Amino acid sequence: MSDLSDLYQEVILDHNRRPRNFRRIDPASHHADGYNPLCGDKLSLTLQVDGGSIADVAFEGSGCAISKASASLMTDAVKGKSVDEARSLFERFHRMVTTPPDLPVEDMGKLSVLAGVREFPVRVKCASLAWHTLKAALDRKAAVSTE
Amino acid sequence: MTSVAGMRNAERRTRTTEGTKPFDVQRVRADFPILRRQVHGHPLVYLDNAATTQKPQVVLDALTRYYTDINSNVHRGVHNLSELATEAYDGARTKVRRFFNAASDREIVFTRNATEGINLVAFAFIRPTLQPGDEVVISAMEHHSNIVPWQLVCEERGARLRVLPMDDRGELLIDQLDALLTDRTRIVAMSHMSNALGTVNPIDEIVRIAHARGIPVLADGSQAAYHMPVDVQALGVDFYVATGHKLYGPTGIGVLYGREKLLEEMPPFLGGGDMISSVTFEKSTWNALPFKFEAGTPHIEGAIGLGTAIDYITGIGFDAIGAHERDLLEYGTTILESVPTVRLVGTAPRKASILSFVMENVHPHDIGTIVDREGIAIRTGHHCAQPVMDRFCIPATARASLAIYNTRAEIDALGAALRKVHEVFG
Repeated sequence: MSDLSDLYQEVILDHNRRPRNFRRIDPASHHADGYNPLCGDKLSLTLQVDGGSIADVAFEGSGCAISKASASLMTDAVKGKSVDEARSLFERFHRMVTTPPDLPVEDMGKLSVLAGVREFPVRVKCASLAWHTLKAALDRKAAVSTE
Repeated sequence: MTSVAGMRNAERRTRTTEGTKPFDVQRVRADFPILRRQVHGHPLVYLDNAATTQKPQVVLDALTRYYTDINSNVHRGVHNLSELATEAYDGARTKVRRFFNAASDREIVFTRNATEGINLVAFAFIRPTLQPGDEVVISAMEHHSNIVPWQLVCEERGARLRVLPMDDRGELLIDQLDALLTDRTRIVAMSHMSNALGTVNPIDEIVRIAHARGIPVLADGSQAAYHMPVDVQALGVDFYVATGHKLYGPTGIGVLYGREKLLEEMPPFLGGGDMISSVTFEKSTWNALPFKFEAGTPHIEGAIGLGTAIDYITGIGFDAIGAHERDLLEYGTTILESVPTVRLVGTAPRKASILSFVMENVHPHDIGTIVDREGIAIRTGHHCAQPVMDRFCIPATARASLAIYNTRAEIDALGAALRKVHEVFG
């Protein structure tokens, strides 16, 4: 069960139980809906971007522990960052969760708890849904699907 | 949980092929080589049978034998191998006809799967005469393959899809069916058994209500056909579809039963070789039933494998299969209900072999991942039945589905794994 506890670390369980920024910003400058048809996970992301920086970000929706915790951690990570910094975090996070499990990955601080998802290929989409939704919102796309 | 005995009695008929040996689940398990493998260091506990069942060695052998001994195209060669392949292919059709007690081999069309069977009826039987304002009636518990084909033809022709609702236990409100039917209703299409809830629907009663108004009925037997005897004549259905890979047979082979008179009146679905009797550039004429609906080289080894699987099932017999699976369902219900926060979804009085459930504060996908690490395969998600999930206001369920080779010990393993889930998320 050691690999299971890699996936379901205490930080993830905590963010699943008490997701941060779990609300809707209204009115918002940017928004997108993320959908994972395989799981039925739905995520609605709203942002307030002022002068190229993310003043506020929030999410709502239903999903598994991994997708919910990932969305919660992501909102904490990008809040106060510039749009360019958020895009770069997306690239780094994407690289981290898609690197084969036997290869080393960059330390991404709190976000590194999701590196355990690499051992569970079918769950990588759960971890990346929020990030793809963020990218869609910043690109002004209304919806994104991970299929 | 009451049993499905009432329904079974109604559908039972004389069968010369019922098994005679006492049922021994360990002997059955020995017939399925995949059950000997390990997953994540644990013996495989396969509880995803509603998605597809495992295959007995006799079916695997039949596929190998076909390719090593008689591989050849059917219905066209005069040479020996073609004769043998044709005999085996059409022989499989006769086995299927007996299995579903159809009146004639001409009423058995081989398809790729149940989905293709429904599409064939939607496009070749309904679409040619579908008028704006016409209606197709389905039920609230259909999976996507008995929803989308009807939507396609209805949208194209300005016809309307109407839905028979169900109650909180997952039982159809049959009392409301008659009121739903009008002189514009063209067909009633309903599942014999729900893949997401396990509910067994009273197809004979549905047929009685629909036929009283002259409306034909299609029943989707994807789930029912491997759990209970199906007699298309006793049920009175006009069309019945099933899929081979759930009948312990290969993938890519399915069955459409159609009443001969209706199949005769229908235009072909797909055009090509084998479905014609003559072709000129001006006009072609159609082959006799059932070949009119089997264009191109068919899935020969699939049909032969399915025939072998049917021999295997009837060798055990539905009396033994039903008794064993009812015991597992009752035992599984008790075990799952004893796990903290587990709630079963689908508790109709007449149900079979499906344990769909949710756990408080745990998403089904997390359940699926944790039990998988114990070697236990269950399905998690919407089971290709999103409207069913919406009806119960849940995004998804976890589903354990049972088959002939499952045991009480496997149910115990699932119960123990679910307690672990509760520990992680509790």
